[in-house]
Amino acid sequence: MKRILPLLLILSLFAIATGVQGAQMECTDEIGCVEIAPDDPIVIGYMLTLSGGTSFLGEDSLGGIEIAVSDRDSMLLDHDIELIGEDSLCSAEGGQTAAQKLAANDQLLGVVGTNCSSSATAALPIISTAGMVMISPSNTAPSLTNDDTASGGVWQPGYYRTAHNDLFQGAIAAEFAFNELGLTKLATIHDGSPYAEGLQAVMADTFTELGGEVVFQGAINVGDTDMSAILTEVAAAGPEVIYFPVFEPEGDFIAAQTADTPGLEDAVLMGADGLLSDSFPEATGEAAVGMYLSGPSVTGDEYTAFLDKWAEEIGGVPPSGYHAHAYDATNILLDAIESVAEVGEDGTIVVGRQALRDALTATADYAGLTGSLTCNATGDCATGEALAIFQITEAELEGNWPPPVVWSPGQDM
Amino acid sequence: MTTNWKPIIRMGLLAGIITLYMAVVGMLESFSEREVIRDFVTLGQIMLVFASITAGYLATRRLSDAQNPLRLLVSGAIVGLMSSLPLLVLVLLASQLELRDILVNVTRDLIRILTFDQESLLTGGLMLLLVFTAAGTVGALIRSISPRLRQSLIFGVAWVLGIGILSELVQQILQQVFDRDALRVVFIRDALKPEAALAIFVIAAVLDYLWLSQGKVLRSRLTPTAPGPQRNLRYGGFALLALLLLVLPWLVGTATSDVLTSVGLYILMGLGLNIAVGLAGLLDLGYVTNFAVGAYVMGVLTSTGPLGIDAKTGLAIFNFWLVLPVSLIVAMFTGLILAVPVLRMRGDYLAIATLGFGEIIRLLAISDWLKPVIGGAQGILFIPKPEFLGVRLLPQAEIFPLILNDPQQIYYVILAACLFAIFVSTRLNNSRTGRQWMAIREDEDVAAAMGINTAKAKLLAFTLSAATGGLAGGIFASKLGTIFPNSFSLLVSVNVLSLIIIGGMGSIPGIVIGAFVLIGLPEILREFDQFRLLLYGALLIVMMLARPEGLWPSAIHRREMHQTEDDSKPIAEPPRDATVVVAGD
Amino acid sequence: MRLVLNQRTIDEFSWVDFIIGVLRVVIIALIIIGSWNTLASGRFTADQWISLVISGLAQGSIYALIALGYTLVYGILLMINFAHGEVFMSGAFTAVFLAEAFDRSGFLNGSPLLAVPLLILFAALVSMSVAILLERIAYRPLRNAPRLVPLITAIGASFFLQYTFRGLYGSGFKSYPTVDALRGSFTVGSVTIPISQMVVFAAALVLMLGLYWLVERTKLGKAMRAVSENKEVSALMGIDIDRIIVFTFAIGGALAGAAGVINGLYRPQGVNFFMGFVPGIKAFTAAVLGGIGNIPGAMLGGLFLGVIEAIGPNLVLAGLGIPGANQLKDVIAFTMLVLVLIFRPQGILGERLAEKKA
Repeated sequence: MKRILPLLLILSLFAIATGVQGAQMECTDEIGCVEIAPDDPIVIGYMLTLSGGTSFLGEDSLGGIEIAVSDRDSMLLDHDIELIGEDSLCSAEGGQTAAQKLAANDQLLGVVGTNCSSSATAALPIISTAGMVMISPSNTAPSLTNDDTASGGVWQPGYYRTAHNDLFQGAIAAEFAFNELGLTKLATIHDGSPYAEGLQAVMADTFTELGGEVVFQGAINVGDTDMSAILTEVAAAGPEVIYFPVFEPEGDFIAAQTADTPGLEDAVLMGADGLLSDSFPEATGEAAVGMYLSGPSVTGDEYTAFLDKWAEEIGGVPPSGYHAHAYDATNILLDAIESVAEVGEDGTIVVGRQALRDALTATADYAGLTGSLTCNATGDCATGEALAIFQITEAELEGNWPPPVVWSPGQDM
Repeated sequence: MTTNWKPIIRMGLLAGIITLYMAVVGMLESFSEREVIRDFVTLGQIMLVFASITAGYLATRRLSDAQNPLRLLVSGAIVGLMSSLPLLVLVLLASQLELRDILVNVTRDLIRILTFDQESLLTGGLMLLLVFTAAGTVGALIRSISPRLRQSLIFGVAWVLGIGILSELVQQILQQVFDRDALRVVFIRDALKPEAALAIFVIAAVLDYLWLSQGKVLRSRLTPTAPGPQRNLRYGGFALLALLLLVLPWLVGTATSDVLTSVGLYILMGLGLNIAVGLAGLLDLGYVTNFAVGAYVMGVLTSTGPLGIDAKTGLAIFNFWLVLPVSLIVAMFTGLILAVPVLRMRGDYLAIATLGFGEIIRLLAISDWLKPVIGGAQGILFIPKPEFLGVRLLPQAEIFPLILNDPQQIYYVILAACLFAIFVSTRLNNSRTGRQWMAIREDEDVAAAMGINTAKAKLLAFTLSAATGGLAGGIFASKLGTIFPNSFSLLVSVNVLSLIIIGGMGSIPGIVIGAFVLIGLPEILREFDQFRLLLYGALLIVMMLARPEGLWPSAIHRREMHQTEDDSKPIAEPPRDATVVVAGD
Repeated sequence: MRLVLNQRTIDEFSWVDFIIGVLRVVIIALIIIGSWNTLASGRFTADQWISLVISGLAQGSIYALIALGYTLVYGILLMINFAHGEVFMSGAFTAVFLAEAFDRSGFLNGSPLLAVPLLILFAALVSMSVAILLERIAYRPLRNAPRLVPLITAIGASFFLQYTFRGLYGSGFKSYPTVDALRGSFTVGSVTIPISQMVVFAAALVLMLGLYWLVERTKLGKAMRAVSENKEVSALMGIDIDRIIVFTFAIGGALAGAAGVINGLYRPQGVNFFMGFVPGIKAFTAAVLGGIGNIPGAMLGGLFLGVIEAIGPNLVLAGLGIPGANQLKDVIAFTMLVLVLIFRPQGILGERLAEKKA
């Protein structure tokens, strides 16, 4: 064994050396290149929550990614697109393991993921150090795109997201409720996920700044079905608007049971993109009618066409509200690869890793399914017009989707 | 001699139902694109016929010595035929009804796979029937080969399939030594090249055949009989093991090292829980409590973010090494405090009370109430990695002092902790306290009557067990860099408990093996994507059915198991050991 | 000897007793202070408290139905059937498709008195089959193994069932159609009670009474009780142990399946493969709270847990000034569990078991 070790070392050094020498095209990128031989595929990855109670999020995003790839017939620059994936769960340790696994593949250019901000904070350092990029369809925590560590930012180069920053979505929700609807008393409910907790905090802060009053801030647990206790508490506080940016099914339970709670008959209900899913109004029924949801401005024929593709290729309807974000994330990644790839005569492709990051950062006015995307220096791509407020009507109970947009931040207030 | 057809038909139907199951949960379709041998065999195809072949092989078990090859083949064919029936029903139903409205995975693609791309239902169905009949017959044919050759052939096939299916993992490990071009000789992307597959098959089969025929001679020649050389061999083995442990992360690469660190943490927790459950028989379903306490202590004391003690008081004196013992001690005290009220509960009442503690800890961690202290839903960020002041561990790490930020380096911290815990556990196992615990495990009342202070002994078991959990938690927090409440779910407790039982209760090597199987296996099963936990669940059941005493049971435990299973077997110990109560009351 | 032993134990345990005593006083004091603050502040009206208790009873009766499955199996095999939550899920998840079909054809709202029992029956059959298969495959071969071994197969079975049903029906959320007859509410005095809650409570009560009758009054029940007392002796008396165990699993499964549909009619949303996990844990807690192995205990434990969850956070935690009180309702539930177990280490009604094992 003692003899084998140096041998192994020499062998691996040799392997590294030959690997570098073997490159036919010169790589000038500061953090390295990926060279793809003529018959090799372009490898992109995904890192989603595919098991456990949040797997509906992962399947939702995965569908968006698969449709984006199949829209290009799985080909890019005459190379196959190979999609490799990891289950990152909805936890920090899951994110770390998945990222280590993906980062070990030196052919991998970029990753679409993760679904949960907790996974992302653990995964990001690894992905970033490996020189890859990571575009998330559903991480909304503000810290992820904040590069100021003193104020709690964990951003690292290579991170992008097409999901809405809580700071943005929460503030828009507050502006809409206070300015547009003229409501002054707010109650918020979160489910203990960083997503919901973060959103309601921003909403409450902005609402207070605008001059409104936050009369109740409470929380439930994932897995609760009986909301009568908290709703009684909410009713005692007498709010005009209840904001619960949670997921299904807890959001369904809250919305449905509000109708049965004395004192909350007239309260306006508001949710966020976690509930922007076809199954939400159908499951909730009458109680959902009139409820406002903020989310990606998925409207028009393109989105309808996307849903048709979903029904055909994957079946049914998307199980949550982030498939369009995932579709856009995959597309801007593939577009960026296409734009920076240097194609050799024999079909060899060289992609500079820093160049890929620069190209992604430069994404501007990209007309995606979720609206117009423009990435900023710290990776927030869904700002500006890519958000809208929807209102659920009777038609959505019968299967119409998406609901009509009633307001978007570009509009005059 | 007439053949009993009933078991044969039943076996065939069973195989068919298993294949049907794989079809309707979506496995067949998902893996129909996944090539095991390039342009030759996909994983989906293997899954399609595997059950039928196995059934054909198993069903002809009783016929193998009968000198009637025809009957053997007919039996196999019937097994295969029977196994096609459930799928035929599925195909037929799918053509008549919109099954997909309910069974989401019964897609047109699946039916196309099952009918082998035939346009008409009739020819497709016939194809299905023929293929399955053939598969059953192949199974029976395997039976007709001479046993020694058969085993070698199966061995060869198993190697090819193993490498082909786990190709990603195999490639990642091989990448440590060989470069990509070298790997291309064997693999194309995820699949084996046909010629490489053939080579692997031949090598594995030939080696196995040789081993089977010559192995005994070889082994007897290699095993020294004199005590001196035998001892040398043992020491040599230990030295080799130690060396292997030291170089392991560099042999397997970062990703697998990361898995090794997770396994290590679970070994640590398993060793801790083993004190309570395995030795003292206290069924603790809330082990995550200690883990969480350790992690949060580490987080709050070392974080450089706004929640850290540093930002709050300006006391920048804490680092990983300083806090690790604090994590351990705080967890120990929490364990002590929580142990007092449950001291008199037994068995399952204890289990549910401790489960309650685990949930309470998680809920407190997530709560808005404690958010100002431990971060609530947003968790604690910026937990620094352990620094190794003034020591350059490896030439690659140029930073000074060395920050152990890479799984290959954290591995050593966890390895050291595990070795320490193993040392302590072994000493405890053979100590007076250890025997007291075992006495309590067997019968608490009798133990008390024998003069054992049961309260003291139980509290000691709880606190030592908690301390180990706290140690694991502290390392976990630092390894991860961020902690969120959802890392501390009931699943952690369940996993730790499962691993010590799978490994074999009360056995230290068993814990190590249990952790590798339980935590390592799901990582290997990553190849199976969304079916990972499905297979994991099935494996847990199968493993326990096959070896109820665990994979590496302790000597006492093994003896007890065999007594209950089979009283006729001669037993070494006098019958006073026959009172078999393990854990709980 | 016995006396001496007890004397010794008491001597050694005296300081433990002291700490436990202090703990009791602290917990009870906190509960009283919290409740007093809340009640004194008058945040909630008496009507609100009453409706909370009623919805707690409705939720609790669902826990109780699932808890019965745990308790029945425990009574006979002394094992925790960890996969029982998944048995509940299998029935609820499968029956949702039948409910949708009933709804589309108008049968559900046309004749709910026929349609709902049919749904319950169907779900009960599905869950029963799953429970029987579970027993046959994962538990029966291990009947003589140490007690923790079947616990592990149960955990494995729990994963296996969850992901099997995800494979079968997908990972999205389904919901039960609403039954018009269950909508609305009636008023008693100044309290409005939703009809659905009353129906849930009534349905659960009927099922539980049925079970009680089965166990206490029929020959089968007698056999079940005999097996739970002593397997060897009952076998000598000519009872087919295997058959009785299968029956026990079947009954427990059927109740869980029925609970699935009843739960679906009451709280229609959130039907998916993971829905059995939380109710499973809750029901397990309820079973232990009542005294595991004891049938009335499981019922009582379930109702108790439901009510504690409904009023506990608002009454106690809010009164102590803890923000986000409802987030911590399980903390209240588990603290109550520990408190109950401190007073009565065998659960509320657990005497029978304690005697048997003493």
